[in-house]
Amino acid sequence: MAESFKDKVAIVGMGCSRFGERWDASSSDLVVEASYDAFEDAGVEIKDIDAGWIGTIAGASRSMTSSPITGIGLSGPLKLHYKPVTRVENGCATGTDTLRNAAFAVAAKVYDLVLVVGVEKLKDAGFGGLGAVPIPLNPVYEIGFTAPGQYALAATRYFRRYGLTPEEGKRTIAKISIKSHHNGARNPRAHLRKEITMEQVMNAPIVCWPLGLFDCCGVTDGAAAAIICPAENARRYRDDYVLIKGLGLSIGPGQGNIRTDYDYTHWEETEWASREAYAMAGIKNPRKELDQVEVHDCFSISELIAVESLGLCEKGHAKEDIDAGVWEQEGEIPVNLSGGLKSFGHPIGASGCREAYEVYKQLQGKAEDSSRQLKNPRIGLVHNQAGLPGKFMCAVGIYGLPE
Amino acid sequence: MSGGIVAYGAYIPLYRLSLETIAHVWGGSVGRGEKAVANCDEDSLTMATEAIIDCLGSVDRESVDGLCFATTTPVYREKQNSSIIAKAVDLRRDVITLDIANSLRGGTSALKVAIDAVNSGSAKKFLVAAADCRVPAPDSTFELLFGDGAAAFLLGDSDVAVEIEGSHTISSEFMDIWRTEEDAHVQSWEERFVVSQGYLEHLEEAVSGLFTKYNITPKDFTKAVFSAYDLRRHGEIARKLGFNPTTQVQDPLLTTVGNTGTASALMMLIAALEESKPGDRILFASYGDGVDAFILRVTDQIEKLRDRRGIKKHLASKMMLPNYGKYLHFRDLMNWEVKRQWPEFASLSMSWRDRNWAISCRGQKCKQCGTIQIPMQRVCTWCQAKDEFEEVRLSSKKGTLFTYSLDHLTVITPDPPNVIAVVDLEGGGRFYTTVTDRDPEKLAPDMPVELTFRRIHDALGIHNYFWRCRPIRV
Repeated sequence: MAESFKDKVAIVGMGCSRFGERWDASSSDLVVEASYDAFEDAGVEIKDIDAGWIGTIAGASRSMTSSPITGIGLSGPLKLHYKPVTRVENGCATGTDTLRNAAFAVAAKVYDLVLVVGVEKLKDAGFGGLGAVPIPLNPVYEIGFTAPGQYALAATRYFRRYGLTPEEGKRTIAKISIKSHHNGARNPRAHLRKEITMEQVMNAPIVCWPLGLFDCCGVTDGAAAAIICPAENARRYRDDYVLIKGLGLSIGPGQGNIRTDYDYTHWEETEWASREAYAMAGIKNPRKELDQVEVHDCFSISELIAVESLGLCEKGHAKEDIDAGVWEQEGEIPVNLSGGLKSFGHPIGASGCREAYEVYKQLQGKAEDSSRQLKNPRIGLVHNQAGLPGKFMCAVGIYGLPE
Repeated sequence: MSGGIVAYGAYIPLYRLSLETIAHVWGGSVGRGEKAVANCDEDSLTMATEAIIDCLGSVDRESVDGLCFATTTPVYREKQNSSIIAKAVDLRRDVITLDIANSLRGGTSALKVAIDAVNSGSAKKFLVAAADCRVPAPDSTFELLFGDGAAAFLLGDSDVAVEIEGSHTISSEFMDIWRTEEDAHVQSWEERFVVSQGYLEHLEEAVSGLFTKYNITPKDFTKAVFSAYDLRRHGEIARKLGFNPTTQVQDPLLTTVGNTGTASALMMLIAALEESKPGDRILFASYGDGVDAFILRVTDQIEKLRDRRGIKKHLASKMMLPNYGKYLHFRDLMNWEVKRQWPEFASLSMSWRDRNWAISCRGQKCKQCGTIQIPMQRVCTWCQAKDEFEEVRLSSKKGTLFTYSLDHLTVITPDPPNVIAVVDLEGGGRFYTTVTDRDPEKLAPDMPVELTFRRIHDALGIHNYFWRCRPIRV
């Protein structure tokens, strides 16, 4: 029986760059911005860092991002002279998986203090959106398919399965985007900081039917950093440190588009990854026990189905929750209080770390803009997912205060 | 030994462009009718594939010994087209394939090759396909005349539906219309010369020759089917040859399909056969670099072919192109804005490895759990058995559109949105593809669809073919 990972690793500092179309900043600039923010937060210096982990998705998607594809993406900008650096890549789940791999090294007591950075520099590509999905590269199969085009498959089927007319379905997911923008508008480092209305969402141009412009997250540059150490050393750095309670990862075999039993209305990999993380963290009833969740809402429909698949809402009943405001800041289970990928932004390799940053700050009672601060949160969940419906890579992190 | 036509099939693209729409762009008088326009993912090769599949019906594809493909618009200048078609249709590996290019008469030349092969005993069943997708110069007379389409015939030595009682050929160096390597569009000499010395003169010579050779007269024919230059000249030659234009002459499809080049006369013949009765005798003549003329006799086997989509059902299934701009995109007739996106991708080695599922549309059936999967995998996605599969052809399976989306973001198609589709096939198997020949407004989850072989995109000078789905056409 494997040992539980719970409470073995502490996060003692976090940083986050300003997110946005950062025409002024390279990948290196973003790494420096987020890392120094984290150094300051933890009260450490570069020389204290034993090893680094960096997450970007550059390798698979060269024409989409200008982030470096090796450890030099971290060592270069920070001048981490000759320290070990590993680059991690797992699609859009890269951020959480980077933190996860670094946490394993810390839990193994190989290093005392580790820097984890997720970064993506997307806005050097010369085109809007992310372009077509390059994986798996095949001359005909899935050629030219885009992320919204894939997620829209789930929206079409979800509406059909649960008897929502396209209009009802679109209005339901529109409320998710309106909530995300409401949250993100008050978050100083977010990319898209403005409120939106139902009318705007419903009248926006269609990107991939049924998803319109406001159902899709923007294309964002940014980086987020964490400094982690063995839990027993955490007090050397601060009293209000945060512990890793559970980490789950599930890589689907990519068969949803082959097997007729995949319904396109649930995220199988999310269920697997969250089961692993809940078991580690000892969570039995996530809706009751979690104070906050940051889910991978690259699209409005992604949030809806993720919340169901995380076991926070009964399948097919998201509309009732959404209509009742359950996922809003004052609701029973606040979802994407940061603004989510939708409003805060989605620099791919950075997102998992950025989601952790939101939970970390909330747990410390230090949410930027005090109107966003939850009352005494103890534990939060981060859901970070790559791939496409039927073909996901999902990472789940649960972070909480010492018990 | 007397072989003949065992089956026929045709293909007409879904899209039509009305002459009125063309006139709105270029001005001038509004012509009558419309023409068939290949979708942006269609070419002569895909249309021929469609026609052959229509032609074969339930005929065992293993029983076909040869395929001859005629076109003036081959998709490659060097690289056989018919071998790709044979793979898409999933014919035997030891089939004879050949292309006949360059001549508008190629379709009937192919017929002669095939019937000779059958009659000589070297083949029992031989396929003939003719297709063209000629791009006329914008704002030209030919733009009003040319359409896209395909025809196919299966020649065989048993169950003959149309006997070939006789034939006569003349070959002529006469030059009327042509294209060189550099020409994007058809060139033509002065029309009066082309018509009087070419079309009219040659058809009259060949048909008269046929009459003399077999001691037969126009009265002996139920119907006459021959190439049309345009409607007026088609009527003129009918009268000149002694046929009654109102009762005996097959409509040349010029106002419904257009002149489909190599496929044109063959498509007209299929239209005639659809209306024919056992015992009918048909004159069939095709013009281009000379003339091939035939005497055909319909047998009672013709009744077995009534389920083919042929000309009539394909004609009835259509969608009008809303404007000329769409047509410009379909035929890639302008210099477009540079799309700053992913570099185009092709890989011949990948395509070669994938050929059985990507081109032949075969899935695999697990011998352990019985499920069907496509694309092919080494390990069963259901039961994890390794390498225990048999291949099954899926191209003829109907399916339902489990879910779809309309992708306006991608630049992979000149006809956005790219309609991504998850299709569940009858008899098992899920096919992940895109929807073509569709009105995005009329799609709905769970609607019935069928598969169609298409040119997905071009990259690195390579045409990438794959199977898409479309709403069922008839």
